[in-house]
Amino acid sequence: MIYFDNVTKRYYDGTPALEDVTLSILPKEFVSIVGHSGAGKTTLLKMLLAEDRPTEGTVFFDSEDVHSIPKNILSSYRRKIGMVFQDFRLIPNKTAYENIAFAMEAAGREDEEIASDVPYILDLVDLGSKGGHFPHQLSGGEQQRVAIGRAIVNQPDVIVADEPTGNLDPVNTYEIIEILKKINELGTIVLITTHNKGVVDAMGRRVVTMERGRIVRDDAHGQYIL
Amino acid sequence: MTLKRIIVGGWRNFVRSGLISFATVLIMTVTLSIIGGLIFLSAILTNTLTVIQDKVDVNVYFVTTAPESEILEVKTLLETLPEVRLVTYTSREDALTMFREKHAADDLTLQALNQLGDNPLGATLAIKAKDPAQYEGIVKFLSNSEESEATGVLIDRINYYQNKSVIDRLTGAIAVTEKVGVFVVILFAFASIIIAFSTIRLAIYSARDEITVMRLVGASNMYIRGPFIVAGIISGILAALVALALFYPVAYYAGQTLSVWLGGFNIFNYYVTHFVLLFSTLVLSGIVLGAIASYVAVRRYLHI
Repeated sequence: MIYFDNVTKRYYDGTPALEDVTLSILPKEFVSIVGHSGAGKTTLLKMLLAEDRPTEGTVFFDSEDVHSIPKNILSSYRRKIGMVFQDFRLIPNKTAYENIAFAMEAAGREDEEIASDVPYILDLVDLGSKGGHFPHQLSGGEQQRVAIGRAIVNQPDVIVADEPTGNLDPVNTYEIIEILKKINELGTIVLITTHNKGVVDAMGRRVVTMERGRIVRDDAHGQYIL
Repeated sequence: MTLKRIIVGGWRNFVRSGLISFATVLIMTVTLSIIGGLIFLSAILTNTLTVIQDKVDVNVYFVTTAPESEILEVKTLLETLPEVRLVTYTSREDALTMFREKHAADDLTLQALNQLGDNPLGATLAIKAKDPAQYEGIVKFLSNSEESEATGVLIDRINYYQNKSVIDRLTGAIAVTEKVGVFVVILFAFASIIIAFSTIRLAIYSARDEITVMRLVGASNMYIRGPFIVAGIISGILAALVALALFYPVAYYAGQTLSVWLGGFNIFNYYVTHFVLLFSTLVLSGIVLGAIASYVAVRRYLHI
């Protein structure tokens, strides 16, 4: 479903952010990408989202070259991927409800659909009563849950989470990971980057280890090995 | 449906941005006030021009023996000229009456006048042209035309050449004042437009993360841009209304005091009679300014 084909990304001064990365991800997988800061994890995700272009190599999504998608269709491509960020990235002057609804509005969904789906999603992430709160009125864990809700509301094929628990305490971290596992069980690919050893070890799922832009390990039932 | 969402989104955006929206409206009010001022200024200048031009004229003094009928023929002839706006005939008798009134307090002059017995004054034609630059042509016409062989005998003198330097300087001064005045105001308007642009860009800068998120969530460019443009337009309209409201008391109080200085031109009257013009110009300018500034500012963060 997702296939990185010899992807290399070098910056102007020649430093490689990614080197010869070949990686394929199949439907319904839950993959954790681990590595030190600067190993290239975020760059890899940027390639997938077409936020950045590879210097060499191709990124395929559903057998289609991501970087050959014309700009005006790019926005509809991005809707197939639900993004969750370390810093939540909610829109500050919209309520939790509106943040999730925005993703649906951007996809052109009808008002009735939005009115029925958003409350359902809010319940799914356990924020049923807090739809009317603004992000600054929510805790870190709650904000991340809104972000996840926003990511899944359009029923994307993939959820990509870049250090989703980076700003959270252990309890919230556990809750977020549980939600992501639940989403994966429902059939969505989940791709997370993290450097949280505890999370990775507890998962027991596929672990891809990166170092200095290269993939160094790829274990089907991996552990975080320093 | 998308349009409705964009408009509602824009309105919410505007309201929730609170202080930033307030600052934007304030700055745009200044810009629009300057534009409104430009309208007033141009009206004042045009009026002043007309008033001054009206005061300039050329007088043709006829000999005392010139028959009235022939003088009136000259008058008719002059009125056929396209450059001539108005010709006023003052008969010898009227000229004498006016002279007596003018020197009513001057006994010596009156006594001298009485001693002359006969009316020493000739009839005059006061000619007003449509443009001060055209007087030269009219005077030449009088001097050169075929009729002047007959009229030349009738005409005592023409006071144009004596006034020529004054008229020339007046024409020059008017032209320069016009140009300078308009130039200065346009400069101010330009500067304040740039400031308004910067303010709006600042407002959108503070939403740059938001824009990135919207892009990543998959919103189309139009969907992202739309609400900001709507918010900009709302700012523009509000600013126009505030500017209009401000002009009212200012024009009212300035109207009376300045009208003497401006040769009878009352700003307040102008405001009231030209309200529709002012309203539409300011509101339109506000909308255009707000929309364009927002469009350009968002563009920076939409690069893919």
